[in-house]
This record gives sequence, C-alpha cells and structure tokens, in this order.
Amino acid sequence: MTTATDVHAHDDHHEHHPAGIMRWLTTTNHKDIGTMYLTFSLIMFLVGGMMILGVRAELFKPGLQLMRPEFFNQLIGVHALVMIFAALMPAATGFANWLLPLQLGAPDMALPRLNNWGFWLLPPAAILLTLPFTLALFGIGDGAVATGWTLYAPLSVQGGLGVDFAIFSIHLLGISSVLGSINIIVTIFNMRAPGMTLMKMPLFAWGWLITAFLLIATIPVLAGAVTMLLTDRHFGTHFFDAAGGGDPILFQHLFWFFGHPEVYILLLPVWGFIPHILSAFTRKPVYGYKAQVYSFWAIGILSVVVWAHHFLTVGMPVPALLYFMYSTMSISLPLAVLFFCWIANMWKGSMSFETPMLFATGWIILFGIGGLTGLVLADVAADAQYHHSYFVVAHFHYTLFAGGIMGVMAGVYFWLPKMTGRMYNEKLGKLHFWLTAIAFNMTFIPQFFLGLAGMPRRIPDYALQFADFNMISSISAFVLGLSQLLFVYNIVSCVRGHGEKAADKPWEGAEGLEWTLSSPPPYHSFTEQPVIK
Amino acid sequence: MATEAHHYYVPNPSPYPFILSTGLLLMTSGFIFNINHYAPGVWMMLLGFLCVLYVLYGWFGRIIGESEGGAYSKWEDRSFRIGMIVFISSEVAFFAAFFGALFFMRRIAIPELASFDHDFTMYKSFTDAWPSAGPGGVVLGHAYEVPKFTPMSAWGIPAINTLILLTSGATVTWAHWGLLKNNRQQLIIGLFLTVALGIAFLCLQAFEYHHAYTEMGLTLGTGAYGATFFMLTGFHGFHVTLGTIMLIVILMRSMKGHFTSDHHFAFEGVAWYWHFVDVVWLLLFVLVYWL
Ligand SMILES: [Cu+2]
Repeated sequence: MTTATDVHAHDDHHEHHPAGIMRWLTTTNHKDIGTMYLTFSLIMFLVGGMMILGVRAELFKPGLQLMRPEFFNQLIGVHALVMIFAALMPAATGFANWLLPLQLGAPDMALPRLNNWGFWLLPPAAILLTLPFTLALFGIGDGAVATGWTLYAPLSVQGGLGVDFAIFSIHLLGISSVLGSINIIVTIFNMRAPGMTLMKMPLFAWGWLITAFLLIATIPVLAGAVTMLLTDRHFGTHFFDAAGGGDPILFQHLFWFFGHPEVYILLLPVWGFIPHILSAFTRKPVYGYKAQVYSFWAIGILSVVVWAHHFLTVGMPVPALLYFMYSTMSISLPLAVLFFCWIANMWKGSMSFETPMLFATGWIILFGIGGLTGLVLADVAADAQYHHSYFVVAHFHYTLFAGGIMGVMAGVYFWLPKMTGRMYNEKLGKLHFWLTAIAFNMTFIPQFFLGLAGMPRRIPDYALQFADFNMISSISAFVLGLSQLLFVYNIVSCVRGHGEKAADKPWEGAEGLEWTLSSPPPYHSFTEQPVIK
Repeated sequence: MATEAHHYYVPNPSPYPFILSTGLLLMTSGFIFNINHYAPGVWMMLLGFLCVLYVLYGWFGRIIGESEGGAYSKWEDRSFRIGMIVFISSEVAFFAAFFGALFFMRRIAIPELASFDHDFTMYKSFTDAWPSAGPGGVVLGHAYEVPKFTPMSAWGIPAINTLILLTSGATVTWAHWGLLKNNRQQLIIGLFLTVALGIAFLCLQAFEYHHAYTEMGLTLGTGAYGATFFMLTGFHGFHVTLGTIMLIVILMRSMKGHFTSDHHFAFEGVAWYWHFVDVVWLLLFVLVYWL
C-alpha cells in the first residue's frame, strides 16, 4: 500500500503552490479554500436570486403570464435549496475557513486535504441540482425538482427525474457539511494557540462550534430521509405509504428534525459575527460573553427538540401540539438574552456607522422582526390560520435573508479589508445597505399582510384582491436584486486591488488575533503560535 | 492544545479530493440515469467508481507514507482522533434516522391506521400488530396486495451473528493489547481472527437474505416490516463490509511491520469503527429481530 512519500521536502514557510487553475483544484490552504467557498457562495446567491426574480415576475400580476405552473414550482424549490445549501451555508463555511485559524492563532485548519474535498463536493452538488433544467431542454425528464425544498412525500415519491437529482445533490451537500464540521470541530479543539481556553475563544468560533455539532447530529438524518425517499421511489419500500404501514408524516418528522436545527445552523455563525462588529464600532468590549456562549448552547440543544412546529396543522395529538408549541416558544428566552447583549453592547458606546455597523444594527432590528413573527407561528391556534400562507414566507425571509444573508454581508464588509488588503468604497457600501434594507422591507412587509389576508404560498396564480401588494412586492424584489450588484462591485474591486490600502487593523475598535497579522495575511497564517495570556 | 515546539503538518497541494468529487458526480448521476433507464448510466457509474478506487488507493497510500515517514506527531494524531470520533457520531445519527422510522411506523403509524372508526375507514380488517406489512391499498396507481411472509426469528442465524460480532469485538481488543505490549504475533493473530469473524458474519447475513427472499416471502417491498428490516440490516451489513475492508488493510500493514505501541492511530480508528458497528448490531438484534 505504501507509496514513497517525501514528507520532509515539504516546508511550510514558503508560499509555493501550483499556479493557475491547479492552485485552486489542489489547494490545502485554508485561505484559498475559504476564498473558493465565498466565491461559490456569491455566485450561487446570484443564481438563486435570479430564480426567485423569475417567480416574482410571474407574481407581478394575477393570472399566468410567463411560465407554466410546473416550471414555477421548480423555480421556488430550487431557489430555496440553492440559497440555503449553496449560498448561505458555504458563506458560513468560507468564513470559518478564513477566520478560525486567524482568530485561534493556528497555522491552518486541522485537516487541510479533507477541507479541500469539502469544498469540491459543492460544485458537483450544484450541477446535480440544476442539471435537470438543461436535460429537460433535450427531452430528458421534466425539469428540476418541483416539490418545494421540503420534498414532502407523497408528492416527491411521484415526482420526476428532478427528485432523484435533488436526492443525490442533498447527499453530496450533506457529505460536504459533515466534512466541514469535522474539520471545524477538530480545529477548535486542537489548534487553539497556547493559553486560549475555550472560554477565551472568540464568539465566532463558539457560534461555529455549536453549528458543527448541530450539523453532525442532523444532516445524517436528512440523508436517511432522502434515502428512504429514493427506495420508496425506485426499490419498492413503503416508508411513506399508508398501504404498506408507512406514513407520509414520517417524512415530515425526519425532514424537520434536520430542518429546524438547520435554521440555527444558518444563524449561529452570524450570531458569532455580530458581537465582533458591534464591539469594534462601539469601541467597547463584547458585552456578556459568557451569557452569549450559554445562550448558544441553550439554543443549540433546544433546536433539536422542537421540529414539529413546522407542521402543527398536520393532525397531531393535543399533548404533542402543546409540547411543540411551548418548547418552541422557550427558545425565545435564550434568544432574548442574545438580543439584550447586543443592545447592551451599544449602550453608551462611542458609535460610528461604517457599512459593517450599519448592516449589524439593521440586522438586529430585522432579525428581531423575524424572531417575533416566528413566535406567532409557533402558537398552535394562530398557526391554524397562518400555516402555508405568505406570512410564513415573509417570516422566514426576515430570519434567513435579514438574519442570515445581511449578517453575512456585515461580516463581508468587516473582514474584506483584512482578506484583500484593500478598503471597499464606503459610499457605495452605505448605499448598498440602505437600498438593501429598504427594498427588503418593501418586498416582505406586503407579504405579511398577504398572508394574513389568506394568500397561500407556492401557487403561481392568486385572487384579484391580492394584486396591489404583490405588485409592490415584485417591484421591490427587483430593486433588492439589482442593488446586490453594488455588493458584487465592492467585492470585485477590493479583490482586484483597487481602493485604498487597508491597515493591519482598519477598524479602530476591533479586537482579536486576526488584526495582529498583515492585511492581507501571509499565505500560511500563524507558523509560530502566539501565546495568549 | 498545542504545547509541542513543532510545526503542525500542513500537507502539500493534493489532486485527490478533486478527483474523488468528480468520481462521486459521475457515480451519482450515472446511478440516477441507470434507475431511470437511460443507457449511459452504467458506464458513468463505472468510470466514477474507478476514480473513487484510484483516489482511495492513492490518498490512503499517501497518508500511510506520511505516517510511516514520521510526519505526524502527537499533535496531528490528536486531530485524527477527534475527527474519527466526530465522524462516528455522524454515523450514529444516520442509523438513528432508520431506527426512528422503525419506531414511528410500529408505534404510531400502524396503531393509527388500525384505530379508525370502522364505518369511515377503507382498512376495515386491519389490526394493530407487529410485524406488519400494512393494510394494503392502491399505491401510485398500482394495487399493493399485502404479501404473505414469515417474520425473521431472532434465535437462529441472528443469535449466532450476535455471538460472532461480540467475539470479534473481543479479538480486536486482544490484538490491541498485543500491539501495546509489542507482541506482534498477538496483534496479527487477533486481527486475522477479527477479519475472519467479520467475513463469517457477512456470509451468514447473505445466506439469511437469500432465505428471506426465496422462502420466507420477505423482501424490501414487504411493507413497513420489510422496509425497516432490510434497510437497517442492509446499511449495517454495508458498514460491516467497510469495517472488514479497513481491518484487512490494518492487518496487511501490521504484517508489513507498521504501527508502534505509541503511534497507531489507524489501528485504533478502525477498532473504534468496529466497536461502533458492533453496538449498532446489538440494537438491531434487540429492536429489529427480537422484540
Ligand atoms: Cu423551526
């Protein structure tokens, strides 16, 4: 088995790596891999965004204008899968790759080759997810998965070729997430600088540690669920079929056992960003560090025992309904602790509002709205009215677009000078924030009202009474989409070396080991580990 | 935490992860084409499988070379150990999904199907019992008739298999003791016995499947019972197969003189994996075969 290996020819003080495309295909460097994750995430964010603009264009007015309902269904399902698995999760993993070694004082991530594999599973997964669109043009199959991202049985058992592609796409994405989590857990436990105890670790590392635990516990359950779906579709099992003693509701339980923690998987890394940013721009230390760590733990643990609030209307016994309602609502307690910490962090701070801080403060308000509307949906009686309406769509966009993506944007503006060595254009950054915040609210506030008035989600046509709000929502969605071009412009110009040179510590109030390195940092981060007192 | 005055080993750029991902893309898309009856599927799967085999050989060969070449100190060793524990935890979660499905169908879905008011149900003669293949009915336009089947008894081959796996857990531990005492002969005999027991388990399991399909009327399509029985024992058998292959590699490395009493992560990783497979079997024996 053994092949001759010249382990000592390797020397990690030099920046030697293959040039061109081979650098990226073969890299074991955490910054290169982080860059690939972030680039992939940005591209898929735009792809997923264009899909939903197609949907909003169709919903601009009642009736069917632009597309067949089947294609509409494909767009909404693939939009969600792309945004969750190919935009938001890779963004978080990309930041983990870039920042964890810098913040923990490590030379690199603990398992560098595994790290590269984790990334290179993503493009194949994205290909699997979107290939059926193309295949349909050649008469193979009937397009991508058209069941919505939740893949509920029995619709997904009956669906076409696209469902099979989605199942295996989810498998590859799942392997990628598990690999990423293994690497992050190992890095956090084994690569911290001497003297950096767990309770001295930056909150971003804490957020990701809990995220990684959640991924390890729940992604394999999703893999199991879609495997059952595959065997139900092709190999004659009856997991989700009453005739054989199975139950379609079983799929919902398995899916949401993954699906609810997934929300926190998307949010916890962002909760890690926010204290760093708030502390930098208020020139105050992080407020309530311990309280935030314990809240992360509490939310992480609670998140795996509340899943059925996603289908309270499916017909469960009353004790189960009550349990899932109260346990879900109890998550708001540790979440409130976090909100108080963030607000207290700003209290009497000497604040300035550069772009990252604008995003962070806007984020607190918008994510707060997402949290509060979630409380409404967790209420069994109220949910009977709101379930499967546009209220739900608006709610989870406040948590996932505002709470997730806008948080990531705060992080991008905050660490972009460190990563690229260049300052972004502050004016354009601020313009990007205001356009995003306003257009986002203009897109989704009308959807709350549409939902309250009874407009169901996932339907390409609607009653005339919903026309005005849908028109506002659609126009705003296009403004929201177009304003992201400012974001792209800012990133691209930094990466290409335009703009002012960034100082090692471009933000006066920023704290952490990453600011002790040059901007951009050397190819190998801390070859000598710093000692933390 | 790192206190060693030593540089952490960051490997050189490697082509293997990318080739592996390409292989998996070919295998998965080929498999999809295959089950949907598009011709090139088989060839894509084959090509992808060759990529995967090439990478397994090359990547593991490289790691073994690095390990024997002295690239890994205690610091790297600790990374591998934590990583292996986390990986096995994710496997636990995977099996939990199927045990969860078994629990749900047996304790919730089937009792509920049998509980409906006689006047309002299409499943009039269906009663709550286990094993069950469901009440029958129309599935996606095809009629599903409840098949006649004999459930698998715990006290034949499954009981023997339980003994086999428990013994193999003991032999691999005995081999480990041999390694720790620098008794190479005990190490090699212990591993050889473990591999033999693993293969014996797989043969008996294959025989049991054959018997189920040909004489007991028990197949993957036998409703809730058949689905949970074959998926749980099947994934377990798949893991035993992987574990046996890993044990064979470790055995061959031991015979070549690899591993020392204080540097043998690969051995322990495989042993942990084997114990994990063992524990899953005990759960299977109790929850699938016995109760
Ligand atoms: Cu939820």
